[in-house]
Amino acid sequence: MAAFLTRRLFGMAVVLAVMSFVVFMLIGLMPGDPIDIMIASNPDLTPADGARLKELYGLDLPLWERYTNWLGAALSGDLGFSRTYNRPVLDILLPRLGNTVILLGLSSLLAIFIAIPLGIIAATRPQSLLDGAINLFCFAGISVPPFWLALVFILLFAVSLGWLPAGGMGNPSEGLFSRLEFLVLPVVTLTIASLASYTRFARAAMIEVLRQDYIRTARAKGLGAGRTVFGHGLRNAMLPLTTIIALDFGSLFSGALITETMFGYLGMGKLIYDSILGNDFNLALVGLLLATFVVLVGNFLADIAYAVLDPRISFRSLEAA
Amino acid sequence: MSAAATTIAPVHSEALLFWRRLARNRPAMASAVLLAVIALLALLAPAFEAALGVSAARTDLFNQYALPDATHWLGTDEAGRDVLTRLLYGGRISLLVGLVSAAGAAVIGTFIGLVAGYRGGWLDSLLMRTTDGVIALPLLPLLIVLAAIDLTKLGVPDSIANSEMASLYRIVFIIAIVGWTTVARLVRAATLSVRTREFVRAAEAMGVGSATIMLRHILPNVVSPIVVATTLSVGTVILLESVLSFLGLGIQPPVPSWGNMLTNAQELATRAPALAVWPGAAIFVTVMAFNFLGDGLQDALDPRATRR
Repeated sequence: MAAFLTRRLFGMAVVLAVMSFVVFMLIGLMPGDPIDIMIASNPDLTPADGARLKELYGLDLPLWERYTNWLGAALSGDLGFSRTYNRPVLDILLPRLGNTVILLGLSSLLAIFIAIPLGIIAATRPQSLLDGAINLFCFAGISVPPFWLALVFILLFAVSLGWLPAGGMGNPSEGLFSRLEFLVLPVVTLTIASLASYTRFARAAMIEVLRQDYIRTARAKGLGAGRTVFGHGLRNAMLPLTTIIALDFGSLFSGALITETMFGYLGMGKLIYDSILGNDFNLALVGLLLATFVVLVGNFLADIAYAVLDPRISFRSLEAA
Repeated sequence: MSAAATTIAPVHSEALLFWRRLARNRPAMASAVLLAVIALLALLAPAFEAALGVSAARTDLFNQYALPDATHWLGTDEAGRDVLTRLLYGGRISLLVGLVSAAGAAVIGTFIGLVAGYRGGWLDSLLMRTTDGVIALPLLPLLIVLAAIDLTKLGVPDSIANSEMASLYRIVFIIAIVGWTTVARLVRAATLSVRTREFVRAAEAMGVGSATIMLRHILPNVVSPIVVATTLSVGTVILLESVLSFLGLGIQPPVPSWGNMLTNAQELATRAPALAVWPGAAIFVTVMAFNFLGDGLQDALDPRATRR
């Protein structure tokens, strides 16, 4: 167990370190230097002021030296400031992370709880009309561009019907209920894409399990269909499903970025997008690292869940894998 | 082989069986036909322009938001350009980006998968851990960073970096360098099983070099997973391209792409909802067709797999 944890934590640290290096170097290639932007927007600043400011912020150093300085500060807990907000980046990122977690949490729970029954229905009636309909829905769900789906929902439910707000966050002082209204369209948009892929995985996993010998044994000994499918089938199908859903966290976050941007939802995806476009490079960098960290933690928790769900798998065998 | 033997037990080649299974898959065949039609229409875009007397590029501010009529079959957009021909030119871009990026990703993935699977050892561990790492990343924000970098700072000459087609090359390149993971894993898995077969052992015993073994002996035997994964990934690539173009980071106007045609659609939602519908529907239908086709190929290549 201890060896497993050490190995995984080390792996996560490596991914984060590589990611921070690569993103830092990429950001060095971004158009527009923060100080140049400052000079361009303020006629009172002379080029000499600019040079002094660059020296003050260490922007005159070569890129790799800036990276080691940044890394040293970051490791001692100083992740730096945001250029546009003039506040420490974590103060801005953490509330946004909270909003994203609400959005992601609600839509993945919704997707999982709808996908599993749909997958079971399809898997227990292969080639039926119902299976065909579910299959068609899945193909549609994975093929629809998420930003377009959001656009269509806005056109339909906000512009034409006027049932729901087209975007925004609501006023927190008006209580939870008024905020829920603003969550409906983003959550539904984000749910549809993952729902479709989860349903396909659930169906495939169930079909695979249902043709195993122990299912035939369960049926042969007269066990009811319900207990065969749920007690023996689903329990075993949950294993591959957990892994696949965990590996999907990264794309879920990409989906959140699109959904948040479309609906003006103040989450972390939108913040990262805005900060990249707004030349707020430190915020973008730390935001990307935080997002990666969250995804890695998600994968890690799924590995633990995997070992808990399957008594045959111990942490020892995970270490070997 | 004597003629008599073949009449008693007709021999069907793997390839023939594959085509028969594929031909029986109605969604896949319908998708293949649909994709051929879309590609043909996209290629015929100039012919449509000539026949209808419209232009995808010419703006006409006296004829904005025109409703569909005999000349402008799908109306005009906010700059008075013909929507139908813009859709067709956009289709060229989307299909081109989809096919070329997917092929590029397949080449990278095949190379990594072959090396990891055949060489094994620490190289395999390193390559596969890298693959796992890339799979776990939140890709879209990373793609946005890659799409936003200034190519002139990389030493690319200004004339290329700011040319009209630069955004096209750039998007093909960045999608290919992040999209290779699925192919790499599948090829590695297939290579692991092929490399223990007798003909590979024989080649090794004859002293054939490892590059030749990988390319001449292993690669032909791992083509089917590559084809399936690449076909399926064309759809994903088209979706990615449309998202990036929509966000203003992909194909740059005035070159039309299905994604950047939707960039202004959100602001124009009340004024001209139809402008938001057509490009999205085109992406949707095309991606769905690629997914059905890829799925059909998978079933035809491996009938024992879970799907049917």
